[in-house]
Amino acid sequence: MMRGAGRSKNTQNLDRTVCMTNCPTLIVTVGLPARGKTYISKKLTRYLNWIGVPTKEFNVGQYRREFVKIYKSFEFFRPDNEEGLKIRKQCASAALNDVRQYLTDEGGQVAVFDATNTTRERRDTIIRFAEQNGFKVFFVESVCEDPDVIAENIVQVKLGSPDYTHCNTEEAVEDFMKRIKCYENSYQTLDEVLDRELSYIKIIDVGRRYLVNRVQDHIQSRIVYYLMNIHITPRSIYLCRHGESDLNVKGRIGGDSGLSERGKEFAKRLGQFIQEQDISDLKVWTSQMKRTIQTAEALSVPYEQWKALNEIDAGVCEEMMYEEIQEHYPLEFALRDQDKYRYRYPKGESYEDLVQRLEPVIMELERQENVLVICHQAVMRCLLAYFLDKSAEELPYLKCPLHTVLKLTPVAYGCKVESICLNVEAVNTHRDRPENVDVSRMAEEALLTVPAHQ
Amino acid sequence: MNGASITQAMAEPPVCGGRMPRFQRPHASVPQFTNSPTMIVMVGLPARGKTYISKKLTRYLNWIGVPTKVFNVGQYRREAVKSYKSFEFFRPDNEEAMKIRKACAVAALKDVCEYFTREHGQVAVFDATNTTRERREVILSFAKENGYKVFFVESLCDDPEIIAENIKQVKLSSPDYIGCDKEEAVADFLKRIECYKITYVPLDDDKDRNLSYIKIFNVGSRYLVNRVQDHIQSRIVYYLMNIHVTPRTIYLCRHGESELNLLGRIGGDSGLSPRGIKFAAALGTYIRSQCIPDLKIWTSHMRRTIQTAEAVGVPYEQWKALNEIDAGVCEEMTYEEIQDHYPEEFALRDQDKYRYRYPKGESYEDLVHRLEPVIMELERQENVLVICHQAVMRCLLAYFLDKSAEELPYLKCPLHTVLKLTPVAYGCKVESIFLNIEAVNTHRDKPMNVDVSRDPEEALLTVPEHI
Repeated sequence: MMRGAGRSKNTQNLDRTVCMTNCPTLIVTVGLPARGKTYISKKLTRYLNWIGVPTKEFNVGQYRREFVKIYKSFEFFRPDNEEGLKIRKQCASAALNDVRQYLTDEGGQVAVFDATNTTRERRDTIIRFAEQNGFKVFFVESVCEDPDVIAENIVQVKLGSPDYTHCNTEEAVEDFMKRIKCYENSYQTLDEVLDRELSYIKIIDVGRRYLVNRVQDHIQSRIVYYLMNIHITPRSIYLCRHGESDLNVKGRIGGDSGLSERGKEFAKRLGQFIQEQDISDLKVWTSQMKRTIQTAEALSVPYEQWKALNEIDAGVCEEMMYEEIQEHYPLEFALRDQDKYRYRYPKGESYEDLVQRLEPVIMELERQENVLVICHQAVMRCLLAYFLDKSAEELPYLKCPLHTVLKLTPVAYGCKVESICLNVEAVNTHRDRPENVDVSRMAEEALLTVPAHQ
Repeated sequence: MNGASITQAMAEPPVCGGRMPRFQRPHASVPQFTNSPTMIVMVGLPARGKTYISKKLTRYLNWIGVPTKVFNVGQYRREAVKSYKSFEFFRPDNEEAMKIRKACAVAALKDVCEYFTREHGQVAVFDATNTTRERREVILSFAKENGYKVFFVESLCDDPEIIAENIKQVKLSSPDYIGCDKEEAVADFLKRIECYKITYVPLDDDKDRNLSYIKIFNVGSRYLVNRVQDHIQSRIVYYLMNIHVTPRTIYLCRHGESELNLLGRIGGDSGLSPRGIKFAAALGTYIRSQCIPDLKIWTSHMRRTIQTAEAVGVPYEQWKALNEIDAGVCEEMTYEEIQDHYPEEFALRDQDKYRYRYPKGESYEDLVHRLEPVIMELERQENVLVICHQAVMRCLLAYFLDKSAEELPYLKCPLHTVLKLTPVAYGCKVESIFLNIEAVNTHRDKPMNVDVSRDPEEALLTVPEHI
């Protein structure tokens, strides 16, 4: 719970989403191998961190790989392999120890414990551990019997696993299938009756069906909502900014100007590019500002406008050049360089506010398939940071040049990025963090990294 | 409406100021949720909360801008059979009654069709028991013929206490039981439930695996969600999973009177006036006197709400989403100055106060979208005091009291008055508590003349007094 203390600008004004929970939460995955547990763990962790909830995943398989330097075969996982069982139990304990450290000493809010956790006995151990430490527990079980899904899973993430670097595809697949078998006999799925007091979501057949039991609080409710909106259907997300605008050319930030001649040229090229890509059922989204709408108009396809995609509001600095900001608000200018993510323009917004504003956009992007988002520099940085798992420190400095389309394609546990420059000249609007961010710095030092403009 | 119709009309980029023709929805803060209309079909025995859920869901969807309407088949039955005699009407072997009940369902479906085609509805909530597979098939065929999506909401409950409380809250006062003594009514209603139990076939995990539905067990301790098809169904599921029936109270009030309030200026970020400070202290006293267990207090990020909360002396949380509506270029102006500098904008605002967006500012419609996460969290919480602002409080109040977009911007939310909202039966009881500290009036009614060509005096007729 935070007490307000007047309108202090920086860290005190943390928005509410950060203090969602009182005690830390331990998310525990459950499921046979190749059911998407690690995929879900990583994605969920990425989402929670992006919305400002410090989260970390603990993959027990990683601990095992560090302990047992070389993976020989599925025999390690045989339920009658006592040596193997001992090591695996030790690895789980080591991971839980690190969880405790992260949640208690390192300021973590959520820990994702990524392992099969297929027996009630193992889950009871975890529950006791959580009780002892005052952590809430939320289980995420993935159940899937579709052989196609499992096969695709193995192809995407198992063949490339460190466990199988020395194997050929067929050997790897065969061994992995035997590995799954080792778990099947002792698998105790979360039970409607026996586990009715636990908090969990059971995801069945990659999201066709969900069973949700005893959601305890806000963060669990958000997690459930997120998990129910993600899918694994192959698709691409295209991100780009509006074409170069008249204010861009003058080196002025914000505002609501139209496209320059070069910006219009870009819009045309974008239209051609989209046609060439021949994307099925492409949705196009813009903000409600002239420059993105003008860009979309040139595509001659229907588009939807989101107010949430509007550029960051620079408040009193709207439509100013950096030189003018330095002249009229040198203190503000320095404070911004000190903490660009959390800094809020007077009567304006911060990147942190932007992320909050963009969360419904991200949620809908997760639901959708092929989408082109025509937006703005700060907005695009926030969206990109979500897809590429960039920290709050990196986010405000991500490079999102005009007239360049980023094509994001989900692959394995992450996102492949292709950068396509559409070959229309434009000003550079990227201002790097200067060396000197001190309030007492000279004007020249502040303006060192301002890009050239008219 | 699909995206094509939106862009065709946007030959030139939208002008700041919300000057959009009424037939379009391009300034909505979020894109269209659905292409085809959606039928939400309730399923469950009597006294399982179907009507409660129907009404609440409808209220929520309308508030977020999705035109929604409830079609309660029981209502149709009450109109067809003028006076209710007894549970015998509901006996499964009562052929005469079965005919009437089926006719009522069909009539309701017809009205659903009418709502979608003539009245531009987006979602229709079909509130009836729908406990047999046969009845659900009828609805599914109807929907398929007409191109509507179907989403079932089934409520299952076997907790006798919950059912008893339900009967007490909403059945005893039903038109069916006027003039009956309590015990008779309860006995009859329980027999009514038995009539349905005989033929009740819940949605089946296997047989109904291709349907889209959510099953709610025991008022929300467990949910089963199957085949969510689109955005609106996803939002509905999220909403249903966040509401609860635990008794609690929500207190809404504005910050204490501010310095700018005294000057008749809108927006800004000023501190409390001396009377505002008195109000804050009085608020603290009032809250303590209410002895509310586990009260959460929320404020905006603006000085005047924070100062007010500070005086209550209890931990509070700040929400940026609770900040007052951004009046853009009109921030910190008096209405007289707005009339002077932006007479056209001023008139446009009076023409459509809900959708009008201040240049470089926000509209009430924008506010509602900004406040949606606040409402969602209010649903999850129990006892909460929200210290906010005039426009914000109007939006929140409109949600709880089911006010339309037309009424919302003119709801009366005077300074120094606490509204105490207690959920009861299908709605909300409101108590208004004035804390006896004088304050300026900041409420400006819609003037008679909203024409762009009006005289300044006509525009300023309803401006409240100030320094």
